[in-house]
Amino acid sequence: MSGIHVTTKINGDEVQFVCEADESLLDVLRNRLGLTGAKEGCGTGDCGACSVTVDGRLTCSCLVLGAEVDGHDIGTIEGMAMGDELHPLQKKFIEHAALQCGICTPGFLVAAKALLDHNPEPTETEIRFGLAGNLCRCTGYDKIVRAVQAAAEEMNSAKKIQQKVA
Amino acid sequence: MPLDNPSANTRKYKLVGTRPDRQDGFDKVTGRAKFGADAVAPGQLAGSILRSPHAHARIRSIDTSKAEKLAGVKAVVTRADFPDKTAGDSGLFDILTNIMARDKALYEGHAVAAVAAVSPAVAKQALKLIKVDYEVLPHVTDVDEAMKPTAPVLHPKLFTEGLAEKPKKPSNIARRYEFGHGDVEAGFAKADIIVERSFKTEATHQGYIEPHACLANVSPDGSGELWVCTQGHFMVRDYCARLLGLEISKLRVTASEIGGGFGGKTTVFLEPVALALSRKANRPVKLVMSRDEVFKCTGPTSSASIDVKIGVTKDGLITAADATLRYQGGAFPGSPAEFGAMSAFAQYHLDNVRTIAYDVVTNRPKQAAYRAPGAPMANFAVESMIEELAHKLGMAPIDFRIKNAAREGTRSSYGPVYGPIGLLATLEEARKHPHFKAPLGPNQGRGMAAGFWFNFGGQSCVSLNIPVDGTVTISVGSPDIGGSRASMCLMTAEELGIPYEHVRAIIADTSSLGYNDVTDGSRTTFATGMACILAARDAIKKLCQRAARMWGIPEEAVTWEKGYAKPAGANAGNFPPLSLKEIAAASGGTGGPIAGHHEYSADGAGVSFATHICDVEVDPETGATRIVRYTVLQDAGKAVHPSYVEGQFQGGAVQGIGWALNEEYVYGKDGRLQNAGFLDYRIPVCSDLPMIDTKILEIPNPGHPYGVRGVGETSIVPPLAAVANAVSNAVGVRMTELPISPPRLLKALDTVSLAKAS
Repeated sequence: MSGIHVTTKINGDEVQFVCEADESLLDVLRNRLGLTGAKEGCGTGDCGACSVTVDGRLTCSCLVLGAEVDGHDIGTIEGMAMGDELHPLQKKFIEHAALQCGICTPGFLVAAKALLDHNPEPTETEIRFGLAGNLCRCTGYDKIVRAVQAAAEEMNSAKKIQQKVA
Repeated sequence: MPLDNPSANTRKYKLVGTRPDRQDGFDKVTGRAKFGADAVAPGQLAGSILRSPHAHARIRSIDTSKAEKLAGVKAVVTRADFPDKTAGDSGLFDILTNIMARDKALYEGHAVAAVAAVSPAVAKQALKLIKVDYEVLPHVTDVDEAMKPTAPVLHPKLFTEGLAEKPKKPSNIARRYEFGHGDVEAGFAKADIIVERSFKTEATHQGYIEPHACLANVSPDGSGELWVCTQGHFMVRDYCARLLGLEISKLRVTASEIGGGFGGKTTVFLEPVALALSRKANRPVKLVMSRDEVFKCTGPTSSASIDVKIGVTKDGLITAADATLRYQGGAFPGSPAEFGAMSAFAQYHLDNVRTIAYDVVTNRPKQAAYRAPGAPMANFAVESMIEELAHKLGMAPIDFRIKNAAREGTRSSYGPVYGPIGLLATLEEARKHPHFKAPLGPNQGRGMAAGFWFNFGGQSCVSLNIPVDGTVTISVGSPDIGGSRASMCLMTAEELGIPYEHVRAIIADTSSLGYNDVTDGSRTTFATGMACILAARDAIKKLCQRAARMWGIPEEAVTWEKGYAKPAGANAGNFPPLSLKEIAAASGGTGGPIAGHHEYSADGAGVSFATHICDVEVDPETGATRIVRYTVLQDAGKAVHPSYVEGQFQGGAVQGIGWALNEEYVYGKDGRLQNAGFLDYRIPVCSDLPMIDTKILEIPNPGHPYGVRGVGETSIVPPLAAVANAVSNAVGVRMTELPISPPRLLKALDTVSLAKAS
């Protein structure tokens, strides 16, 4: 089998790789690019542990072929913090004890960020349905929902302060 | 071992009971934390396992010659590569047989051969070239069917243990257990009302999101390294060394971050196979399970079939309680039938009680522990009956429970007499809780249940090191599944009198510490935490010695207070106190590095009780049940980090909700699992649930210096009954089989409407 050459952008950086035709984006990220933040919990799109964004859209990277992302923008958990400054969601997940084992956490954070990007002031129900594609077996989701609520609140009040200043 | 007496202890804690950020949080929210499948070794090979498609089959022969010849294949192993080195240890032989089938495949998914190759694709291709000649045998997957004399027998050498006489014929009943005291027949004779019912629960999987994974590297000199996600890397080391004939000290096992376990990662599956492949190929080998393999080949818990009979007087006093429990534990003995029998009636004060349990084998994967193993099913049966009896008596179910509740001094149904316990406190608190008085809407019902778990102590070994800047590292050997490192740091910092931020906990590998038991039995914060406290006390003794040397006074004349050594007695006030940091800075000149240690086997784990309240709403058209409100009240002894204690309460409750409403292993007539994926085996998702309210009660455990009890397991015990009671109350039919999936509920509703129509 000859490899397929792919040029893409991952977390803002141009990346080139060669993959087999049957390799998932998740396999490419984990096995070829050393980006192991996305996890394989099921390989069938049921658990959301491999969540990434493709052109801003929330996607299970286990359901996308590596060859398909040529020319597209990929966002992964590794690109979520700005330098040494954690994203508000990351901070609130730690503060609210929204993780126990932490295997689902990267996927939840990517999904929660995608949710807040589209809906900055979600209700509890909207958060619950927005995160229904991500499985967590440790927490019962309570503290995850509270962390997302707290992050949304902080991001919105920061935005309002910025607007006032402007 | 001298302990403080926490019940008389008025100690004010500075750190224990606060909620600081966990120190591994940063790595876990940035994707940097390394889990089982995240490790890479230079030159590593990809492993893959061939598994039986049959539920029960004799393996006549295995031909691996074509696979071995495939380009890129570096090693193939079968049963021939796992000679029996178990020296008559039947439990270890079962593990050996489970990791690689010997004469028979005993369940669908049983490992038959394994390959290591240069890529996963080549390994998978090689598996297809292995020819296995099977003679398919009749199978059995249901517990009641497996107990019948006509059932296909899995093990010709399995004769039921625990009977007065050894049976003449082998069967699938591995063992009979009996517990209790008093005279149940005499007790039933005194009863005004007796109820009797049978219950069934399906097998459920722990459902950790991280599939099993490991990376093995064995050298030709017999030394090896293993990276693995496990609840106990010392257990993995000892099992692997014994199964493969390695010297224990030559095998160094490192625990990765672990993506959930809930009891399911307390044994070995892939690890000995990866080591055997690595030894044969003389290259590192990585083995990672697919989700399908996790469901088919790793331990779900038992399915159960239970009969309960309880007698009461008119004024609501239980006179006798009797139960028979049948648990299938998959293809090998070891289902938690014994724990089921011991815990079934543990929440009640009973003069006459008896439980009989049967451990049964079937053609299913070998069960593994699942959070309070054996207790939730027994609790479902008993607490359902308690609810029904309360209705019959015209008593509020909570009053009936309080009237019969176990308390300090009660002889438990499994033998020991209880010390201070928190059951009544959780029940009284439940009665006062606003949830209890909240109005219910149409199609809604409220249920409750009280539950028990033993908790465990066990072996722990902790090293504490104080470098020259006065910060502290604690090396523990208990894998951290749910934030236990934060609790270890809190207790260590509390004891030393230094800030939480100055203490860092790591999970040390098996070559760096003495043996540590598996993270199970809700033992880690209790037993390893107490070892941290005692290691800190050992370090304090040494810090005082160094201060004495610095001052030139006798050691006995130094005391430790809030992070400082102070001269005491005749020398009091003669020298300014020395901080831990100052003593550490001088350590090079006062005797070298300062360290504290503790190693022991901890006794005194306090038992734990919880009461859960659940409101549901049932859709009579679809049979779907929605959880409307849920409250957990549990005794934690002392909550070290309350956020993670609440997290244990909430997580256990939601696993129990899944067990009660959705989750089940569905077998086809061919003995194959029909739903080996998260789409069809549906664990609760975020949109299924409300917030889970919690109330932490603190009735100190006299066996721990701070009063800590284990909290991890009790929370999964009451939800099955709490949910089932809520549904039963909503629809007016007693639900006796779990899960209460829409088809089961619709069937029950049909029965009611048919009965009404006639």
